[in-house]
Amino acid sequence: MTTELTVGGRGTAKRGAAERRTSAPAARAAPWRSTAASGKLLVFACFLVTALTLTPIVMMVLVAFQSDAESMAARPSFWPSSWHWENLERVFTLIPLGRYLLNTVIFAAGTTLLETMTAALAAYAFARLEFPGRGWLFGAYLATLMVPTQVTLIPQFILVAKLHAVDTWAGMILPHAFTALGVFLLRQFFLGIPRDYEEAARLDGANRWQTFTRVILPLAVPAIATLAVFKFISQWNNLLWPLVVSNSDATRTVAVGLQVFQQSDGTQWNLLLMAATICTVPLIVIFFLTQRWFVRGITMSGLGGR
Amino acid sequence: MTVQTTAGPSGPSQRPPDPPPRWRDRDRQTLAAWLFLLPSLVGFAVFTAGPVLAAGVVSLLDWNLFSPPAFAGPRNFARLAGDATFWSALGNTAYFTFASVPLTIVVSLALALLLNQGLRRMAVFRSLLLLPYATITVAVAFVWVWLYIPHGGLVNTVLSAFGIDGPAWLVSERWAMPALIAMSVWKGFGFGMVVFLAGLAAIPGQLYEAARIDGCGPWQSFRRITLPMLSPSVFFVVVTAIIASFQVFDQALVMTNGGPAWQTTTLVMYIYRTAFENYDQGYAAAQSLVLFAFIAVITVIQFRLQRRLVHYDH
Repeated sequence: MTTELTVGGRGTAKRGAAERRTSAPAARAAPWRSTAASGKLLVFACFLVTALTLTPIVMMVLVAFQSDAESMAARPSFWPSSWHWENLERVFTLIPLGRYLLNTVIFAAGTTLLETMTAALAAYAFARLEFPGRGWLFGAYLATLMVPTQVTLIPQFILVAKLHAVDTWAGMILPHAFTALGVFLLRQFFLGIPRDYEEAARLDGANRWQTFTRVILPLAVPAIATLAVFKFISQWNNLLWPLVVSNSDATRTVAVGLQVFQQSDGTQWNLLLMAATICTVPLIVIFFLTQRWFVRGITMSGLGGR
Repeated sequence: MTVQTTAGPSGPSQRPPDPPPRWRDRDRQTLAAWLFLLPSLVGFAVFTAGPVLAAGVVSLLDWNLFSPPAFAGPRNFARLAGDATFWSALGNTAYFTFASVPLTIVVSLALALLLNQGLRRMAVFRSLLLLPYATITVAVAFVWVWLYIPHGGLVNTVLSAFGIDGPAWLVSERWAMPALIAMSVWKGFGFGMVVFLAGLAAIPGQLYEAARIDGCGPWQSFRRITLPMLSPSVFFVVVTAIIASFQVFDQALVMTNGGPAWQTTTLVMYIYRTAFENYDQGYAAAQSLVLFAFIAVITVIQFRLQRRLVHYDH
């Protein structure tokens, strides 16, 4: 419970606790909101902006079920005049979408698992252990945080090409599994965990590995989950790296698969948007299931910026 | 130092009796630290830090990956000066950034304020408004291409209801970039919205109470309390949004493929084409370093301005 509030790091821990207390719904509500009429207007405004925001996503699904003739007519139609569920099947026979989805899961889960596991270990060393060179080594990690991925793109590709790992899982996953972000976020979190817990465990005879696995890791589950959800969703979305490294159906992810599909059948609107829908739905489901961590991940990085 | 003393973390039974214990403990801690660091450090050195340094080396080479590299010196950087496409890509990226970032900030702030009015179903609206942020850019870019169909597309149909004759969006040299910007604001505002909601929740309610007693209206409370208290969040969102905008790629590739007439070719797209369509790795690396330099300079400027514009209450 306390750990949850210390996420922000750099002195935001105490603020966090205070914030939670003062931010009960009553206190958060703007005090000048008084009349029932303005309340209704607010609800109406919320409905309106939400409807506007969701329109593209709804249209994606609607067009996906239209017939070929309807979706490719000179003037697009909005509501399908008949629902063509067979479009679902047709997309899977037209492109190996199942394979792409599986590949995307392998790519996203592979990078996520590797990154969270290695980052948790490294973050513990940076947060809790004294060793010569700690300052400059952490500085080196931090420095790469500011470098955009496009700078590493070309050397990473050359490296993967020289290792003959183009179009292999190692070549896809490894270059994106060791970013400094995970180490940075988890270190911030570990710094917020009171040392008393570990000292108690050490007095009970636990060694460092045991304190890490039995004290730190259980307390850090929310932070690790946040990092994992964020990494997974952003890798699901990653287009540039798979576009460069994957060149066959064996490793092609949905982002690349969709892009290639568009190049070949760009006007088959119903099938194109059916494929887009199928690739988006798992992500939306994951998003709803893990929303708690996802939202916290955003605010965590937000408060971390202070 | 013997093997025994450094043999990793040990239980209480083998507590070392011989002096000096402080040294032994420190050695043991150092060893433990390196063991904890090892998996991350190896991967980080090979796949992140190494490539960052290698980018500098590659930028000085003439290299198409098929033949051995030749030393080019600063030639790749000199080429940039006379490369009209590069400059237009830079201009397009700047256009995209300086239009999409303010728009994203305004939209996400407005929606955060709307959701912060103490609605009962706030969490539901928040989730739904966050959906675009949790979709695949490539997939939703398809829908936006469909929305922008010139004759009878949804956008132009809505515009014509207001008597506006909509342009041919993605194939119009003038309107392709604004069309990309609108899509990107839609895709990205959720991030800022959530950060602002957290920032708003952190503003103590007593401040508004006191302001109301002093006779402040909603607008004054917003100007004098909300904006200053929210300025750290705004700063954070601006910095991250600018960095992300400078790297825009996915939607430009899918929606316009850089056209019409290079009008939507962004820096990252140009880097991609140089490296993986023209196989000019050295030149592409030089371009990527220039991109990095632009991002770094803009970020430093922002951190300078931050001291004057951002309010911290500690």
